[in-house]
Amino acid sequence: MKWEVVIGLEVHVQLNTATKIFSGTSTAFGAEPNTQASAVELAFPGVLPVLNKAVVEKAIRLGLALGSKINQKNVFARKNYFYPDLPKGYQISQMELPIVEGGVLPILVGEEEKLVKLTRAHMEEDAGKSLHEDFSGMTGIDLNRAGTPLLEVVSEPDMRSPEEAVAYARALHSLVMWLGICDGNMQEGSFRVDANVSVRPFGQQEFGTRREIKNLNSFRFLEQAIKYEIQWQIDTLEDGGRVEQATVLFDPDSGETRMMRSKEDAHDYRYFPDPDLLPVRIADEQIERIRSEMPELPAAMKARFVEAFGVSSYDAALLTGSRATAEYFEAVAQASGQGKLAANWVNGEIAARLNRDGKDISACPITAERLTGLIQRIADNTLSSKLAKQVFDALWDSDLSADAIIERDGLKQVSDVGAIEKMVEEAIAANPKAVEEYRAGKEKALNALAGQVMKASKGKANPAQVQDILKQKLA
Amino acid sequence: MSLTHQDVARIAKLARINVSDEEIAAVGNQLNNIFGLIEKMQAVNTDGIEPMAHPQDVSLRLREDIVTQTNQREAFQAVAPQVEKGLFLVPKVIE
Repeated sequence: MKWEVVIGLEVHVQLNTATKIFSGTSTAFGAEPNTQASAVELAFPGVLPVLNKAVVEKAIRLGLALGSKINQKNVFARKNYFYPDLPKGYQISQMELPIVEGGVLPILVGEEEKLVKLTRAHMEEDAGKSLHEDFSGMTGIDLNRAGTPLLEVVSEPDMRSPEEAVAYARALHSLVMWLGICDGNMQEGSFRVDANVSVRPFGQQEFGTRREIKNLNSFRFLEQAIKYEIQWQIDTLEDGGRVEQATVLFDPDSGETRMMRSKEDAHDYRYFPDPDLLPVRIADEQIERIRSEMPELPAAMKARFVEAFGVSSYDAALLTGSRATAEYFEAVAQASGQGKLAANWVNGEIAARLNRDGKDISACPITAERLTGLIQRIADNTLSSKLAKQVFDALWDSDLSADAIIERDGLKQVSDVGAIEKMVEEAIAANPKAVEEYRAGKEKALNALAGQVMKASKGKANPAQVQDILKQKLA
Repeated sequence: MSLTHQDVARIAKLARINVSDEEIAAVGNQLNNIFGLIEKMQAVNTDGIEPMAHPQDVSLRLREDIVTQTNQREAFQAVAPQVEKGLFLVPKVIE
């Protein structure tokens, strides 16, 4: 049977505020245990939550970027469950009236664009951390993370393959960083993904029964976990079994998902509006002010790059993958006046090197200014592409400018007709066999001769001119 | 709506309250009385009335994102039953 995969994602985006969502306690990562846990996070009697304004504004930012509806009245609710890393006995979250509803996120799968619909995004607090290592047979609790502000972003079940799910997660990841609302650090848990996965016979209208894979903290694990889960569900169904609704965990070591709790054990959270918190009201002026402070969004910037610099739509999509890359490219394209060359180098050599060294563009050893210097020398024919590559290597490993490297290593391309003619004549005289073959109609022999000339010029002769002059002399 | 003994046992479990078999009947009666009151309220026609999340018609005041709390771990942990290496210790829990 042919199966169709249906995936929806819930992403916990940690907002990069200075303080917690409901208290003035620092959120800095990596502090000593419980040194960033105030009476509010510890749930001492009599304390009251006071909402952080920055959390609301960052949520609005995301809502505006996704074209969502901003609920100008939204309400906090209590989600009740018992666990030692949640001293209150409930998590403050949003249920009936979240701050953000609807919206659309464009994703790029291969070279194809697809629109994924958003259900909602709501504000909530994170829980603390339980450490199950042996503390005299007990569990250790660190409440530093308790109360850290999160936005839970829920998509519609719009994705139809693991690749689409990863593309969506990546697009959301780069958007929240673009907007400056999340540091995007997945190792530190700033961006955590839950995947709802089901399969159904192709053409069937109703969804199959879904299982939820919890807490995936890398794109690679997300893809592996979904692929495994799909295969498991298909195998189960094809063997005549049934998929039961459940929550599962992914084990990166075995590459398998395993059951965490079944539907029967599902939590009954007994949500109700939190009486400690009044409804949040957002004025029109506040939304308009935030809109006016928004950076240019990736989609708009992409269109502008195509328009202003003549780069392809595909290149523009890669260039706007992150704000830092887009700004780097724009600086080079602007200064050199060579949009296409700039795009080729940024998406090509620069991206490959950064990838090789595991570096981010913000840590690129070649500044936009120095890359501009290189591109100018390519554009004015001082450098052949081969020499450009050589200069690029030197730029990567030093602080010199392209011009200084060209000067130091004598890498100027030779375009002087007289000089090239002389080298061509020498090559013809020294290689009678190749000349004969070429004249007998063997086109390839010309390349051998051109190679000789390039070698004689130490790679500096203008290759196009060499070809032209060779053909003239042999005609 | 009337709660069965099973409902009462489930609610007690969710709230982590120990209710003995003998107590279940009495607790069930009390809860059913409360439900009777709720049913009366639910019978009121509320068509066209916006649900109210809070009895006061005021909006939440927001706080600036500035650190105001200092580290008071020592004071908090002085009243904790057991601590180690800065962690609060609780009976072992693994879900």
